[in-house]
Formats: sequence, structure tokens, C-alpha cells
Amino acid sequence: MTFYVILEGVISLFLIAGGAFAFIGSLGMAHLRDFYMRLHGPTKATTMGIGCILVGSMCYFGIADNEPVIQEVLIALFLFITAPVSAHLLAKTGLHLRLEYINKTRGRPVELHKEEIGETPVPHGTPEERAPITLEKRSSRH
Amino acid sequence: MIRPRSWLPIPLLSLLLLVVWLLLVRSLSFGHFLLGGLLAVAIPLFTYRFWDVQPQIKRPGLLLRYILRVLGDIVVANFQVAWLILNPRQRSRPHFVEYPLMLEERFTITLLASTISLTPGTVSANLRMDGKTLLIHALDAEDDEQLIEQIRERYERPLKEIYEC
Repeated sequence: MTFYVILEGVISLFLIAGGAFAFIGSLGMAHLRDFYMRLHGPTKATTMGIGCILVGSMCYFGIADNEPVIQEVLIALFLFITAPVSAHLLAKTGLHLRLEYINKTRGRPVELHKEEIGETPVPHGTPEERAPITLEKRSSRH
Repeated sequence: MIRPRSWLPIPLLSLLLLVVWLLLVRSLSFGHFLLGGLLAVAIPLFTYRFWDVQPQIKRPGLLLRYILRVLGDIVVANFQVAWLILNPRQRSRPHFVEYPLMLEERFTITLLASTISLTPGTVSANLRMDGKTLLIHALDAEDDEQLIEQIRERYERPLKEIYEC
């Protein structure tokens, strides 16, 4: 009997911790100063929040149905694969749109430099890659 | 680029798809084997053009240790970020860091970038087109040299040992 009471306590703890982490992550979205800092909330606090809730769910259904639960592991796996990729894409988009960042940020990446009209754009890639494909080149391949 | 080889271009992916399908439906009936098998053949056939050749895992034991270390760091990272968000005085020192990559394969760079995004206070923001520099945004960094050194020792070197060496 006491086993179930303790287990109930542990599961509740996981659920509450998960909820708290998810909440803090969302709070960070509203609270932090600029776009790039706000990205940190959802990538980390949220994965941890969902992770805690999934562990709680695994414990509960593992005991209640008396069989190992694997779907939660799959959910966690998908989450861990997709969260960093979406964060990376968001950050890349932010850089592409040259979103503002707060002044105390150190480091000035090339991506955020102001381009002046008529000057050469920010160099990306090696000179061969940068060179536009001209008609001669295309026809020479055939 | 993976060469089309009969109707099973990426056998490992097919196997993974079938297993994931059976786990998701939680059933081992013949019908689901058939449906999962169909998907496992069809999806790689339509997507093999998008797949790179994946490097061989040379040392699986190290990979396991790496995964455990990353999981531990994710827990630590969460407490740090939660503290930074809740801290009313907001002493965070955001920082853009240019990280010179040692890895060369695209697959391992992807793994490193994902790890960086999931672990303490850093998000990978951009991979330069030449594939040699990764731009990282750090939420709270004292100086970039230290951060670069930390990432190199903790994540990049093990990844290089596991896959490239």
C-alpha cells in the first residue's frame, strides 16, 4: 500500500516539475529582452518540461497497465530531434531579417552587418561557390 | 548521395520505420506488419535523394557515454536557464560567438549543432556556407575563448572520435 502512496507522490512531483519548467520557458518568451535571447526559453526549458511529464506518464501507465510503455520514449526522441532544428531555423531567419539585439550583446557577426547599396554583399562561401553560374558554364557542362 | 539500389535504398531506415510503426500502433498483428512494411519500403524510395551517406559509428561505447553526458547537461542547462529567466536583476550577458569547426562531415556537424542548441545557454544560429564556422548565440557567457574551449573538449572531440577519426 505504501508503495503506491510513494509512487503517487513521485509521479505528482514529476508532473508538477514538468509544468513548472514549461511555464518558466514560456515566461522567458515574454520576459527576455531580444529575439535571440527569447529563443533560449523554448529550446531548453520546454524540452525539460515535456520530459518530466513524459517520465511521470511512463511511471503511471507502466504500473497501471502493468506493461512497459514505449510511446513516451518515441515522443521524447522526436522532441529532441526537432527542437534544436526549429531553434536553428528560427535563429537563421532572425539573422536573415537582421533583427535587433540589445546593446550589451558582445560579438558582431558578419550576418548582422549593415550592407551598403552598391558594395559587395557579405561573403558567404568560397569564391567558386559565390560566382554566379553564367551561360557559358552551363553550356560547357553538356 | 545514396545510389538507388533495387527497392531498398536505405535498409537501416526501412527497419527503423517498421519498428517505429509497430511501436506506435502497439500491435503485432499481420495487418500492421503489412502496412508498416509498405511504408518502410515506400518512404525511403521517395526520399533517398535527400539523404547523405552517413558516416560509420566507429566506437559505439563512446557514443553511449556521449548521449548520457548530453542528457545530464540538458538537466543542468534547464536549471541555469530557468534561473536566468526568474532572476529579477537580469544579469545575463548575451554573446555572439563564432565557433571554428574541426568536424568535416555534414552529419556530424548537424549532431554538434543540435547538441549545442540543447545544452547550457547556447543556441546554434548559423552555419556559414563554407562549413567551417558555426555562429552561436550564448545567453550568458563570460568570454568566448572559454566557451569555445568548453564546447571543443566536451562535445566536438568525442564526436570526432566516434565518427571521423
